Amino acid sequence: MTGSLPADAHAPEGPPEIELSGLVKSFQGPEGPIRAVRGVDVRIAAGETVALLGPNGAGKSTTIDMLLGLLAPDAGTVSVFGRPPSQAIARGAIGAMLQTGALIRDLSVRELVAMMASLYPAPLEVGEVLEITGVNEIAAQRTQKLSGGQTQRVRFAIALVSNPQLLVLDEPTVAMDVEGRHTFWTTMRQFAARGKTVLFATHYLEEADAYADRAVLMAHGHIVADGPTNEIKAMVGSRTIRATLAQVDTDALAALPGVSSAERRGESVALTCADSDAAIRALLAAYPRARDIEIAAAGLEQAFLALTGDGVQTEGGASVATVAPHGAGEGSAGR
Amino acid sequence: MSPLVYTRYELLRTLRNRRFFILAIAFPLVLFFLVAGPNRNVHDFDGTGISAPLYFMVGYASFGTMSAMLSCGARIAAERSVGWTRQLRISPLSPRAYFRTKVLTGYMMAAITLVALYAAGVSLGVSLHARGWLEMTGLLLIGLIPFAALGITLGHMFTPESIGPAMGGGVALLALLGGTFFPLGHHGFLPELAQYLPSYWLVQAGHVGAGGQAWPAKGWIVVAAWTIVLGRLAARAYRRDTGRV
Repeated sequence: MTGSLPADAHAPEGPPEIELSGLVKSFQGPEGPIRAVRGVDVRIAAGETVALLGPNGAGKSTTIDMLLGLLAPDAGTVSVFGRPPSQAIARGAIGAMLQTGALIRDLSVRELVAMMASLYPAPLEVGEVLEITGVNEIAAQRTQKLSGGQTQRVRFAIALVSNPQLLVLDEPTVAMDVEGRHTFWTTMRQFAARGKTVLFATHYLEEADAYADRAVLMAHGHIVADGPTNEIKAMVGSRTIRATLAQVDTDALAALPGVSSAERRGESVALTCADSDAAIRALLAAYPRARDIEIAAAGLEQAFLALTGDGVQTEGGASVATVAPHGAGEGSAGR
Repeated sequence: MSPLVYTRYELLRTLRNRRFFILAIAFPLVLFFLVAGPNRNVHDFDGTGISAPLYFMVGYASFGTMSAMLSCGARIAAERSVGWTRQLRISPLSPRAYFRTKVLTGYMMAAITLVALYAAGVSLGVSLHARGWLEMTGLLLIGLIPFAALGITLGHMFTPESIGPAMGGGVALLALLGGTFFPLGHHGFLPELAQYLPSYWLVQAGHVGAGGQAWPAKGWIVVAAWTIVLGRLAARAYRRDTGRV
Protein backbone atom coordinates (compact mmCIF):
# COMPACT_ATOMS: atom_id res chain seq x y z
CA MET A 1 0.00 0.00 0.00
CA THR A 2 3.03 2.27 0.10
CA GLY A 3 2.32 5.50 -1.66
CA SER A 4 -1.31 4.72 -2.26
CA LEU A 5 -4.24 6.08 -0.40
CA PRO A 6 -5.61 3.58 2.07
CA ALA A 7 -9.17 3.73 0.85
CA ASP A 8 -9.99 0.33 2.24
CA ALA A 9 -9.12 1.36 5.75
CA HIS A 10 -11.71 4.12 5.61
CA ALA A 11 -14.48 2.30 3.84
CA PRO A 12 -17.22 1.20 6.21
CA GLU A 13 -17.43 -2.50 6.88
CA GLY A 14 -19.83 -4.76 5.09
CA PRO A 15 -20.37 -5.88 1.53
CA PRO A 16 -20.16 -3.18 -1.15
CA GLU A 17 -23.43 -1.69 -2.29
CA ILE A 18 -22.01 -0.52 -5.56
CA GLU A 19 -19.38 -2.39 -7.46
CA LEU A 20 -18.03 -1.11 -10.75
CA SER A 21 -15.51 -3.50 -12.27
CA GLY A 22 -13.40 -2.83 -15.33
CA LEU A 23 -15.85 -0.40 -16.89
CA VAL A 24 -14.96 0.70 -20.40
CA LYS A 25 -16.99 2.90 -22.72
CA SER A 26 -16.19 4.56 -26.02
CA PHE A 27 -18.32 6.81 -28.17
CA GLN A 28 -18.12 7.35 -31.87
CA GLY A 29 -16.90 10.93 -32.33
CA PRO A 30 -16.43 12.88 -35.54
CA GLU A 31 -12.68 12.16 -35.39
CA GLY A 32 -12.79 8.52 -34.46
CA PRO A 33 -13.77 6.86 -31.22
CA ILE A 34 -13.67 8.82 -27.98
CA ARG A 35 -12.58 6.63 -25.11
CA ALA A 36 -14.65 8.23 -22.39
CA VAL A 37 -14.10 5.58 -19.69
CA ARG A 38 -11.02 3.38 -19.83
CA GLY A 39 -11.22 0.86 -17.04
CA VAL A 40 -12.92 2.08 -13.89
CA ASP A 41 -13.06 0.01 -10.71
CA VAL A 42 -14.89 1.39 -7.70
CA ARG A 43 -16.49 -0.16 -4.68
CA ILE A 44 -18.76 1.82 -2.45
CA ALA A 45 -20.05 0.50 0.85
CA ALA A 46 -23.43 1.19 2.41
CA GLY A 47 -23.65 4.57 4.08
CA GLU A 48 -20.65 6.13 2.37
CA THR A 49 -20.80 9.57 0.80
CA VAL A 50 -18.43 9.52 -2.13
CA ALA A 51 -17.46 12.33 -4.49
CA LEU A 52 -16.57 11.46 -8.05
CA LEU A 53 -14.17 14.28 -8.69
CA GLY A 54 -12.65 15.33 -11.96
CA PRO A 55 -12.44 18.04 -14.57
CA ASN A 56 -14.93 18.23 -17.44
CA GLY A 57 -14.46 15.37 -19.85
CA ALA A 58 -12.96 13.06 -17.22
CA GLY A 59 -15.65 10.45 -17.78
CA LYS A 60 -17.71 11.13 -14.64
CA SER A 61 -21.10 11.38 -16.34
CA THR A 62 -20.44 8.38 -18.55
CA THR A 63 -19.52 6.35 -15.46
CA ILE A 64 -22.68 7.50 -13.70
CA ASP A 65 -24.83 6.70 -16.73
CA MET A 66 -23.43 3.17 -16.69
CA LEU A 67 -23.98 2.88 -12.95
CA LEU A 68 -27.63 3.83 -13.50
CA GLY A 69 -28.04 1.48 -16.45
CA LEU A 70 -28.71 4.33 -18.87
CA LEU A 71 -25.68 3.26 -20.89
CA ALA A 72 -24.42 -0.24 -21.52
CA PRO A 73 -20.67 -0.56 -20.89
CA ASP A 74 -18.46 -1.85 -23.71
CA ALA A 75 -16.70 -3.99 -21.12
CA GLY A 76 -16.93 -4.51 -17.38
CA THR A 77 -19.82 -4.96 -14.99
CA VAL A 78 -22.01 -2.85 -12.75
CA SER A 79 -23.61 -4.25 -9.67
CA VAL A 80 -25.87 -2.30 -7.34
CA PHE A 81 -26.98 -4.10 -4.18
CA GLY A 82 -25.54 -7.22 -5.79
CA ARG A 83 -27.72 -6.99 -8.86
CA PRO A 84 -27.77 -5.29 -12.25
CA PRO A 85 -28.80 -1.63 -11.96
CA SER A 86 -32.08 -2.20 -13.79
CA GLN A 87 -33.30 -4.40 -10.94
CA ALA A 88 -32.34 -1.86 -8.30
CA ILE A 89 -34.16 0.79 -10.30
CA ALA A 90 -37.27 -1.35 -10.70
CA ARG A 91 -37.30 -1.71 -6.90
CA GLY A 92 -37.12 2.05 -6.53
CA ALA A 93 -33.84 1.80 -4.63
CA ILE A 94 -31.99 4.48 -6.61
CA GLY A 95 -32.77 8.16 -6.75
CA ALA A 96 -30.78 10.30 -9.12
CA MET A 97 -30.32 13.80 -10.33
CA LEU A 98 -28.82 13.66 -13.79
CA GLN A 99 -26.50 16.32 -15.08
CA THR A 100 -28.87 17.66 -17.70
CA GLY A 101 -32.59 17.67 -17.85
CA ALA A 102 -35.50 20.01 -17.55
CA LEU A 103 -38.94 19.36 -16.13
CA ILE A 104 -42.12 18.49 -17.94
CA ARG A 105 -44.54 21.40 -18.25
CA ASP A 106 -48.15 22.07 -17.29
CA LEU A 107 -47.89 20.88 -13.70
CA SER A 108 -47.19 22.76 -10.51
CA VAL A 109 -44.02 21.93 -8.60
CA ARG A 110 -46.04 20.15 -5.92
CA GLU A 111 -47.99 18.14 -8.50
CA LEU A 112 -44.83 17.09 -10.32
CA VAL A 113 -43.13 15.92 -7.13
CA ALA A 114 -46.31 14.06 -6.11
CA MET A 115 -46.50 12.50 -9.57
CA MET A 116 -42.98 11.15 -9.25
CA ALA A 117 -43.53 10.07 -5.64
CA SER A 118 -46.43 7.92 -6.80
CA LEU A 119 -44.02 5.72 -8.77
CA TYR A 120 -42.04 4.56 -5.73
CA PRO A 121 -42.86 1.90 -3.14
CA ALA A 122 -41.93 3.94 -0.05
CA PRO A 123 -41.71 7.63 -0.95
CA LEU A 124 -41.10 10.41 1.51
CA GLU A 125 -43.94 12.74 2.29
CA VAL A 126 -44.24 15.31 -0.52
CA GLY A 127 -44.75 18.28 1.81
CA GLU A 128 -41.68 17.36 3.83
CA VAL A 129 -39.52 17.09 0.71
CA LEU A 130 -40.74 20.44 -0.62
CA GLU A 131 -39.83 21.92 2.74
CA ILE A 132 -36.31 20.50 3.06
CA THR A 133 -35.34 21.21 -0.56
CA GLY A 134 -36.45 24.83 -0.22
CA VAL A 135 -39.12 24.77 -2.90
CA ASN A 136 -42.10 25.30 -0.63
CA GLU A 137 -42.58 28.91 -1.69
CA ILE A 138 -42.69 27.91 -5.37
CA ALA A 139 -44.79 24.78 -4.80
CA ALA A 140 -47.80 26.24 -6.59
CA GLN A 141 -45.86 27.56 -9.58
CA ARG A 142 -45.99 25.88 -12.95
CA THR A 143 -42.79 24.05 -13.79
CA GLN A 144 -42.27 25.92 -17.07
CA LYS A 145 -41.98 29.23 -15.17
CA LEU A 146 -39.01 28.37 -12.96
CA SER A 147 -35.49 29.77 -13.08
CA GLY A 148 -32.50 27.51 -13.66
CA GLY A 149 -31.66 27.33 -9.98
CA GLN A 150 -35.28 26.63 -9.01
CA THR A 151 -35.45 23.87 -11.60
CA GLN A 152 -32.35 22.26 -10.07
CA ARG A 153 -33.94 22.34 -6.64
CA VAL A 154 -37.12 20.73 -7.94
CA ARG A 155 -35.02 18.04 -9.61
CA PHE A 156 -33.35 17.44 -6.28
CA ALA A 157 -36.78 17.19 -4.66
CA ILE A 158 -37.72 14.56 -7.24
CA ALA A 159 -34.57 12.56 -6.48
CA LEU A 160 -35.20 12.76 -2.73
CA VAL A 161 -38.93 12.04 -2.69
CA SER A 162 -38.24 8.53 -3.95
CA ASN A 163 -36.54 7.90 -0.59
CA PRO A 164 -33.78 5.86 -2.22
CA GLN A 165 -31.16 3.73 -0.54
CA LEU A 166 -28.65 5.13 -3.03
CA LEU A 167 -28.70 8.74 -4.12
CA VAL A 168 -26.71 9.64 -7.23
CA LEU A 169 -26.11 13.29 -8.10
CA ASP A 170 -24.33 14.32 -11.29
CA GLU A 171 -22.90 17.84 -10.91
CA PRO A 172 -26.00 18.89 -9.03
CA THR A 173 -25.13 22.48 -8.15
CA VAL A 174 -24.10 23.74 -11.55
CA ALA A 175 -27.00 26.14 -12.11
CA MET A 176 -27.39 27.18 -8.46
CA ASP A 177 -26.44 30.41 -6.75
CA VAL A 178 -24.34 30.42 -3.58
CA GLU A 179 -27.30 30.29 -1.22
CA GLY A 180 -28.93 27.55 -3.27
CA ARG A 181 -25.75 25.49 -3.07
CA HIS A 182 -25.55 25.86 0.67
CA THR A 183 -29.15 24.71 1.16
CA PHE A 184 -28.60 21.90 -1.29
CA TRP A 185 -25.57 20.44 0.44
CA THR A 186 -27.07 20.85 3.91
CA THR A 187 -30.08 18.84 2.76
CA MET A 188 -27.88 16.25 1.13
CA ARG A 189 -25.94 15.80 4.36
CA GLN A 190 -29.13 15.38 6.36
CA PHE A 191 -30.30 12.76 3.92
CA ALA A 192 -26.96 10.94 4.02
CA ALA A 193 -27.15 10.98 7.83
CA ARG A 194 -30.17 8.66 7.62
CA GLY A 195 -27.71 5.94 6.64
CA LYS A 196 -28.10 6.44 2.91
CA THR A 197 -25.36 5.97 0.37
CA VAL A 198 -24.59 9.01 -1.74
CA LEU A 199 -22.43 9.32 -4.84
CA PHE A 200 -22.03 12.74 -6.37
CA ALA A 201 -19.99 13.98 -9.30
CA THR A 202 -18.38 17.38 -9.12
CA HIS A 203 -15.51 19.31 -10.58
CA TYR A 204 -15.21 21.45 -7.45
CA LEU A 205 -12.60 20.20 -5.02
CA GLU A 206 -14.27 22.30 -2.29
CA GLU A 207 -17.53 20.41 -2.69
CA ALA A 208 -15.80 17.06 -2.49
CA ASP A 209 -13.81 18.21 0.53
CA ALA A 210 -16.73 19.67 2.42
CA TYR A 211 -19.44 17.11 1.73
CA ALA A 212 -17.89 13.72 0.97
CA ASP A 213 -16.13 11.17 3.17
CA ARG A 214 -14.17 9.89 0.26
CA ALA A 215 -13.19 11.16 -3.15
CA VAL A 216 -12.57 9.19 -6.29
CA LEU A 217 -10.51 11.23 -8.71
CA MET A 218 -11.08 10.72 -12.39
CA ALA A 219 -9.08 12.08 -15.30
CA HIS A 220 -9.21 11.03 -18.92
CA GLY A 221 -11.39 8.05 -18.23
CA HIS A 222 -9.21 6.62 -15.47
CA ILE A 223 -9.34 6.71 -11.73
CA VAL A 224 -6.15 8.45 -10.69
CA ALA A 225 -6.69 8.45 -6.94
CA ASP A 226 -9.20 7.15 -4.45
CA GLY A 227 -9.20 7.95 -0.77
CA PRO A 228 -10.42 10.10 2.11
CA THR A 229 -11.14 13.63 0.98
CA ASN A 230 -8.55 15.29 3.22
CA GLU A 231 -5.81 13.22 1.66
CA ILE A 232 -7.07 13.87 -1.83
CA LYS A 233 -7.22 17.53 -1.01
CA ALA A 234 -3.62 17.50 0.12
CA MET A 235 -2.68 15.88 -3.16
CA VAL A 236 -4.45 18.28 -5.47
CA GLY A 237 -5.33 21.23 -3.30
CA SER A 238 -2.41 23.57 -3.89
CA ARG A 239 -3.25 27.25 -3.68
CA THR A 240 -1.87 30.27 -5.41
CA ILE A 241 -1.14 33.57 -3.69
CA ARG A 242 -1.06 36.58 -6.00
CA ALA A 243 0.18 39.94 -4.85
CA THR A 244 1.55 43.19 -6.17
CA LEU A 245 5.10 43.27 -4.92
CA ALA A 246 7.79 45.00 -6.97
CA GLN A 247 11.55 44.50 -6.77
CA VAL A 248 11.71 41.23 -4.91
CA ASP A 249 13.63 38.32 -6.28
CA THR A 250 11.48 35.27 -7.12
CA ASP A 251 14.11 32.99 -5.61
CA ALA A 252 13.68 34.72 -2.29
CA LEU A 253 9.91 34.31 -2.53
CA ALA A 254 10.20 30.67 -3.48
CA ALA A 255 12.26 30.11 -0.35
CA LEU A 256 9.45 31.28 1.94
CA PRO A 257 7.81 28.60 4.11
CA GLY A 258 4.89 26.87 2.41
CA VAL A 259 5.80 28.15 -1.05
CA SER A 260 6.72 25.61 -3.67
CA SER A 261 7.40 27.98 -6.58
CA ALA A 262 7.23 31.65 -7.46
CA GLU A 263 6.68 33.50 -10.71
CA ARG A 264 6.79 37.15 -11.62
CA ARG A 265 4.66 39.01 -14.16
CA GLY A 266 5.63 42.66 -14.12
CA GLU A 267 4.69 44.18 -10.78
CA SER A 268 2.82 41.13 -9.59
CA VAL A 269 3.98 37.81 -8.31
CA ALA A 270 2.27 34.44 -8.16
CA LEU A 271 3.28 31.94 -5.48
CA THR A 272 2.21 28.33 -5.78
CA CYS A 273 1.84 27.03 -2.25
CA ALA A 274 1.62 23.67 -0.63
CA ASP A 275 0.63 25.43 2.61
CA SER A 276 -0.92 28.78 1.80
CA ASP A 277 -1.56 29.62 5.49
CA ALA A 278 2.13 29.43 6.34
CA ALA A 279 3.06 31.14 3.10
CA ILE A 280 0.84 34.18 3.58
CA ARG A 281 2.09 34.74 7.13
CA ALA A 282 5.68 34.51 5.98
CA LEU A 283 5.05 36.74 2.99
CA LEU A 284 3.47 39.53 5.05
CA ALA A 285 6.10 39.25 7.75
CA ALA A 286 8.91 39.54 5.22
CA TYR A 287 7.27 42.02 2.83
CA PRO A 288 4.63 44.13 4.60
CA ARG A 289 4.22 46.29 1.48
CA ALA A 290 2.72 43.40 -0.54
CA ARG A 291 -0.74 44.49 -1.62
CA ASP A 292 -3.73 43.41 -3.77
CA ILE A 293 -3.39 39.97 -2.22
CA GLU A 294 -5.50 37.14 -3.57
CA ILE A 295 -5.44 33.54 -2.47
CA ALA A 296 -7.06 31.10 -4.84
CA ALA A 297 -7.34 27.36 -4.98
CA ALA A 298 -5.72 25.91 -8.04
CA GLY A 299 -8.19 24.74 -10.63
CA LEU A 300 -8.78 21.04 -10.72
CA GLU A 301 -7.41 20.90 -14.25
CA GLN A 302 -4.09 22.30 -13.03
CA ALA A 303 -4.11 20.02 -10.05
CA PHE A 304 -4.73 17.04 -12.25
CA LEU A 305 -1.93 18.02 -14.54
CA ALA A 306 0.36 18.16 -11.54
CA LEU A 307 -0.92 14.81 -10.35
CA THR A 308 -0.95 12.89 -13.57
CA GLY A 309 1.81 14.56 -15.57
CA ASP A 310 1.52 16.16 -18.98
CA GLY A 311 1.62 12.80 -20.69
CA VAL A 312 -2.03 12.36 -19.91
CA GLN A 313 -2.84 15.09 -22.36
CA THR A 314 -1.79 12.93 -25.28
CA GLU A 315 -4.33 10.41 -26.41
CA GLY A 316 -3.47 6.76 -26.68
CA GLY A 317 -1.73 4.03 -24.79
CA ALA A 318 1.15 6.17 -23.56
CA SER A 319 -1.13 8.03 -21.19
CA VAL A 320 -1.92 4.92 -19.24
CA ALA A 321 1.71 4.32 -18.52
CA THR A 322 2.16 7.89 -17.42
CA VAL A 323 -0.79 7.73 -15.10
CA ALA A 324 0.09 4.48 -13.45
CA PRO A 325 2.95 5.58 -11.19
CA HIS A 326 0.92 8.53 -9.92
CA GLY A 327 -2.37 6.74 -9.89
CA ALA A 328 -1.36 4.27 -7.23
CA GLY A 329 -4.78 4.69 -5.73
CA GLU A 330 -6.30 3.31 -8.86
CA GLY A 331 -8.29 0.27 -8.02
CA SER A 332 -7.00 0.27 -4.47
CA ALA A 333 -10.54 0.28 -3.18
CA GLY A 334 -11.06 -2.98 -4.93
CA ARG A 335 -8.22 -4.82 -3.24
CA MET B 1 -46.71 2.53 -6.17
CA SER B 2 -49.75 3.82 -7.93
CA PRO B 3 -49.97 3.98 -11.71
CA LEU B 4 -53.39 5.60 -11.31
CA VAL B 5 -51.97 8.68 -9.63
CA TYR B 6 -49.36 8.94 -12.33
CA THR B 7 -51.98 8.67 -15.07
CA ARG B 8 -54.18 11.23 -13.36
CA TYR B 9 -51.39 13.82 -13.37
CA GLU B 10 -50.54 12.99 -16.94
CA LEU B 11 -54.15 13.63 -17.87
CA LEU B 12 -54.19 16.87 -15.91
CA ARG B 13 -51.12 18.05 -17.82
CA THR B 14 -52.77 17.33 -21.13
CA LEU B 15 -55.99 19.08 -20.18
CA ARG B 16 -53.96 22.18 -19.34
CA ASN B 17 -52.40 22.22 -22.78
CA ARG B 18 -54.21 24.77 -24.90
CA ARG B 19 -52.80 23.50 -28.18
CA PHE B 20 -54.62 20.23 -27.70
CA PHE B 21 -57.99 21.94 -27.48
CA ILE B 22 -57.36 23.98 -30.58
CA LEU B 23 -56.09 21.11 -32.70
CA ALA B 24 -58.27 18.25 -31.52
CA ILE B 25 -61.51 20.02 -30.54
CA ALA B 26 -61.94 23.63 -31.64
CA PHE B 27 -60.63 23.17 -35.16
CA PRO B 28 -62.76 20.12 -36.08
CA LEU B 29 -65.81 21.65 -34.39
CA VAL B 30 -65.60 24.89 -36.35
CA LEU B 31 -65.01 23.05 -39.63
CA PHE B 32 -67.91 20.73 -38.88
CA PHE B 33 -70.35 23.60 -38.44
CA LEU B 34 -69.02 25.41 -41.51
CA VAL B 35 -69.35 22.38 -43.78
CA ALA B 36 -72.28 20.47 -42.31
CA GLY B 37 -74.39 23.54 -41.43
CA PRO B 38 -75.37 24.40 -45.02
CA ASN B 39 -76.01 20.71 -45.79
CA ARG B 40 -78.01 19.89 -42.68
CA ASN B 41 -81.06 18.76 -44.64
CA VAL B 42 -79.25 16.44 -47.06
CA HIS B 43 -80.40 12.97 -46.07
CA ASP B 44 -78.42 10.87 -48.51
CA PHE B 45 -75.11 12.65 -48.78
CA ASP B 46 -73.36 12.12 -52.09
CA GLY B 47 -74.55 8.54 -52.44
CA THR B 48 -73.10 7.44 -49.09
CA GLY B 49 -76.49 6.41 -47.78
CA ILE B 50 -76.14 8.54 -44.64
CA SER B 51 -77.08 12.15 -43.91
CA ALA B 52 -74.61 14.98 -44.44
CA PRO B 53 -74.44 15.94 -40.72
CA LEU B 54 -73.74 12.31 -39.74
CA TYR B 55 -71.10 11.97 -42.45
CA PHE B 56 -69.31 15.13 -41.44
CA MET B 57 -69.73 14.46 -37.73
CA VAL B 58 -67.88 11.16 -38.07
CA GLY B 59 -65.42 12.70 -40.53
CA TYR B 60 -64.40 15.52 -38.23
CA ALA B 61 -64.52 13.27 -35.19
CA SER B 62 -62.00 11.06 -37.01
CA PHE B 63 -59.89 14.08 -37.76
CA GLY B 64 -59.97 15.34 -34.17
CA THR B 65 -59.38 11.94 -32.59
CA MET B 66 -56.49 11.17 -34.96
CA SER B 67 -54.94 14.45 -33.83
CA ALA B 68 -55.63 13.60 -30.18
CA MET B 69 -53.92 10.22 -30.49
CA LEU B 70 -50.94 11.56 -32.39
CA SER B 71 -50.48 14.31 -29.84
CA CYS B 72 -49.16 11.51 -27.56
CA GLY B 73 -46.22 11.57 -29.93
CA ALA B 74 -45.73 15.29 -29.50
CA ARG B 75 -45.59 14.83 -25.72
CA ILE B 76 -43.12 11.97 -26.04
CA ALA B 77 -40.90 14.10 -28.31
CA ALA B 78 -41.05 16.97 -25.83
CA GLU B 79 -40.20 14.69 -22.89
CA ARG B 80 -37.28 13.17 -24.76
CA SER B 81 -35.85 16.55 -25.68
CA VAL B 82 -35.80 17.89 -22.11
CA GLY B 83 -34.28 14.69 -20.75
CA TRP B 84 -37.42 13.66 -18.90
CA THR B 85 -37.38 10.23 -20.54
CA ARG B 86 -34.00 9.60 -18.91
CA GLN B 87 -35.41 10.69 -15.56
CA LEU B 88 -38.23 8.17 -15.98
CA ARG B 89 -35.83 5.42 -17.01
CA ILE B 90 -34.21 5.64 -13.58
CA SER B 91 -37.59 5.33 -11.89
CA PRO B 92 -39.58 2.12 -11.39
CA LEU B 93 -42.00 3.17 -14.15
CA SER B 94 -41.54 0.53 -16.85
CA PRO B 95 -41.48 1.55 -20.53
CA ARG B 96 -44.65 -0.49 -20.95
CA ALA B 97 -46.42 1.47 -18.23
CA TYR B 98 -45.12 4.72 -19.69
CA PHE B 99 -46.61 3.95 -23.09
CA ARG B 100 -49.80 2.61 -21.56
CA THR B 101 -50.25 5.93 -19.77
CA LYS B 102 -49.58 7.89 -22.94
CA VAL B 103 -52.06 5.82 -24.96
CA LEU B 104 -54.67 6.01 -22.22
CA THR B 105 -54.26 9.78 -22.11
CA GLY B 106 -54.63 9.91 -25.89
CA TYR B 107 -57.87 7.94 -25.59
CA MET B 108 -59.21 10.22 -22.88
CA MET B 109 -58.55 13.18 -25.13
CA ALA B 110 -60.13 11.37 -28.07
CA ALA B 111 -63.19 10.73 -25.90
CA ILE B 112 -63.52 14.45 -25.19
CA THR B 113 -63.30 15.16 -28.92
CA LEU B 114 -65.96 12.54 -29.62
CA VAL B 115 -68.36 13.94 -27.05
CA ALA B 116 -67.92 17.46 -28.43
CA LEU B 117 -68.55 16.38 -32.01
CA TYR B 118 -71.45 14.11 -31.10
CA ALA B 119 -73.06 17.06 -29.35
CA ALA B 120 -72.43 19.24 -32.40
CA GLY B 121 -73.87 16.51 -34.64
CA VAL B 122 -77.01 16.16 -32.56
CA SER B 123 -77.47 19.94 -32.70
CA LEU B 124 -77.61 19.59 -36.49
CA GLY B 125 -80.14 16.78 -36.36
CA VAL B 126 -78.02 13.62 -36.22
CA SER B 127 -80.03 10.91 -34.57
CA LEU B 128 -79.09 7.31 -34.03
CA HIS B 129 -80.35 4.49 -31.84
CA ALA B 130 -78.41 3.96 -28.65
CA ARG B 131 -76.93 0.85 -30.21
CA GLY B 132 -75.84 2.85 -33.23
CA TRP B 133 -74.00 5.39 -31.08
CA LEU B 134 -72.31 2.63 -29.10
CA GLU B 135 -71.31 0.63 -32.14
CA MET B 136 -69.96 3.69 -33.91
CA THR B 137 -68.01 4.78 -30.83
CA GLY B 138 -66.61 1.30 -30.38
CA LEU B 139 -65.42 1.16 -33.98
CA LEU B 140 -63.86 4.61 -33.74
CA LEU B 141 -61.97 3.64 -30.59
CA ILE B 142 -60.71 0.42 -32.19
CA GLY B 143 -59.81 2.27 -35.38
CA LEU B 144 -57.61 4.60 -33.33
CA ILE B 145 -55.28 1.85 -32.10
CA PRO B 146 -52.91 2.16 -35.09
CA PHE B 147 -52.75 5.91 -34.48
CA ALA B 148 -51.59 5.34 -30.92
CA ALA B 149 -48.69 3.29 -32.28
CA LEU B 150 -48.03 5.90 -34.96
CA GLY B 151 -47.89 8.61 -32.30
CA ILE B 152 -45.30 6.67 -30.28
CA THR B 153 -43.24 6.05 -33.42
CA LEU B 154 -43.27 9.70 -34.48
CA GLY B 155 -42.52 10.78 -30.92
CA HIS B 156 -39.25 8.87 -31.04
CA MET B 157 -38.29 9.98 -34.53
CA PHE B 158 -38.93 13.71 -34.44
CA THR B 159 -37.83 16.67 -32.35
CA PRO B 160 -40.50 18.79 -30.65
CA GLU B 161 -39.93 21.46 -33.30
CA SER B 162 -40.41 19.19 -36.27
CA ILE B 163 -43.13 16.93 -34.93
CA GLY B 164 -45.84 19.62 -35.25
CA PRO B 165 -45.60 19.90 -39.03
CA ALA B 166 -45.02 16.15 -39.37
CA MET B 167 -48.18 15.40 -37.40
CA GLY B 168 -50.28 18.13 -38.97
CA GLY B 169 -49.22 17.06 -42.46
CA GLY B 170 -49.67 13.38 -41.66
CA VAL B 171 -53.15 13.82 -40.22
CA ALA B 172 -54.22 16.07 -43.09
CA LEU B 173 -52.97 13.61 -45.70
CA LEU B 174 -54.50 10.57 -44.02
CA ALA B 175 -57.76 12.48 -43.56
CA LEU B 176 -57.86 13.65 -47.15
CA LEU B 177 -57.06 10.24 -48.62
CA GLY B 178 -59.32 8.44 -46.17
CA GLY B 179 -62.41 10.43 -47.12
CA THR B 180 -62.63 12.36 -43.89
CA PHE B 181 -63.45 15.70 -45.46
CA PHE B 182 -65.57 14.53 -48.42
CA PRO B 183 -66.69 11.19 -49.85
CA LEU B 184 -64.26 9.62 -52.30
CA GLY B 185 -66.93 8.12 -54.59
CA HIS B 186 -66.86 4.52 -55.67
CA HIS B 187 -64.74 4.41 -58.75
CA GLY B 188 -61.12 5.03 -59.63
CA PHE B 189 -57.82 4.83 -57.86
CA LEU B 190 -58.49 6.98 -54.78
CA PRO B 191 -61.37 5.01 -53.27
CA GLU B 192 -59.42 1.84 -53.98
CA LEU B 193 -56.33 3.16 -52.20
CA ALA B 194 -58.37 4.59 -49.34
CA GLN B 195 -59.52 1.14 -48.25
CA TYR B 196 -55.98 0.33 -47.22
CA LEU B 197 -55.66 3.36 -44.95
CA PRO B 198 -56.57 3.30 -41.26
CA SER B 199 -58.20 6.73 -41.54
CA TYR B 200 -60.72 5.39 -44.09
CA TRP B 201 -62.09 2.91 -41.59
CA LEU B 202 -62.52 5.54 -38.92
CA VAL B 203 -64.82 7.42 -41.29
CA GLN B 204 -66.63 4.20 -42.23
CA ALA B 205 -67.69 3.80 -38.61
CA GLY B 206 -70.37 6.37 -39.45
CA HIS B 207 -72.10 3.85 -41.68
CA VAL B 208 -73.73 2.19 -38.72
CA GLY B 209 -76.18 5.05 -39.23
CA ALA B 210 -77.24 3.44 -42.49
CA GLY B 211 -78.29 0.39 -40.56
CA GLY B 212 -75.79 -1.91 -42.16
CA GLN B 213 -72.50 -3.31 -41.02
CA ALA B 214 -69.95 -0.51 -40.78
CA TRP B 215 -66.84 -2.62 -41.14
CA PRO B 216 -66.66 -5.65 -43.41
CA ALA B 217 -63.90 -8.20 -42.77
CA LYS B 218 -61.57 -6.08 -44.87
CA GLY B 219 -61.86 -3.19 -42.41
CA TRP B 220 -60.85 -5.36 -39.46
CA ILE B 221 -57.93 -6.82 -41.41
CA VAL B 222 -56.62 -3.42 -42.53
CA VAL B 223 -56.84 -1.97 -39.02
CA ALA B 224 -55.20 -5.05 -37.51
CA ALA B 225 -52.41 -4.98 -40.09
CA TRP B 226 -51.67 -1.31 -39.43
CA THR B 227 -51.69 -1.99 -35.70
CA ILE B 228 -49.10 -4.74 -36.06
CA VAL B 229 -46.86 -2.84 -38.47
CA LEU B 230 -46.96 0.45 -36.57
CA GLY B 231 -46.64 -1.37 -33.25
CA ARG B 232 -43.41 -2.98 -34.48
CA LEU B 233 -42.15 0.37 -35.74
CA ALA B 234 -42.95 1.98 -32.40
CA ALA B 235 -41.04 -0.72 -30.51
CA ARG B 236 -38.07 -0.34 -32.84
CA ALA B 237 -38.09 3.47 -32.61
CA TYR B 238 -38.16 3.19 -28.81
CA ARG B 239 -35.27 0.73 -28.70
CA ARG B 240 -33.14 2.79 -31.04
CA ASP B 241 -33.78 5.82 -28.92
CA THR B 242 -32.77 4.39 -25.56
CA GLY B 243 -29.08 5.01 -26.03
CA ARG B 244 -27.84 8.30 -24.70
CA VAL B 245 -30.82 10.59 -25.35
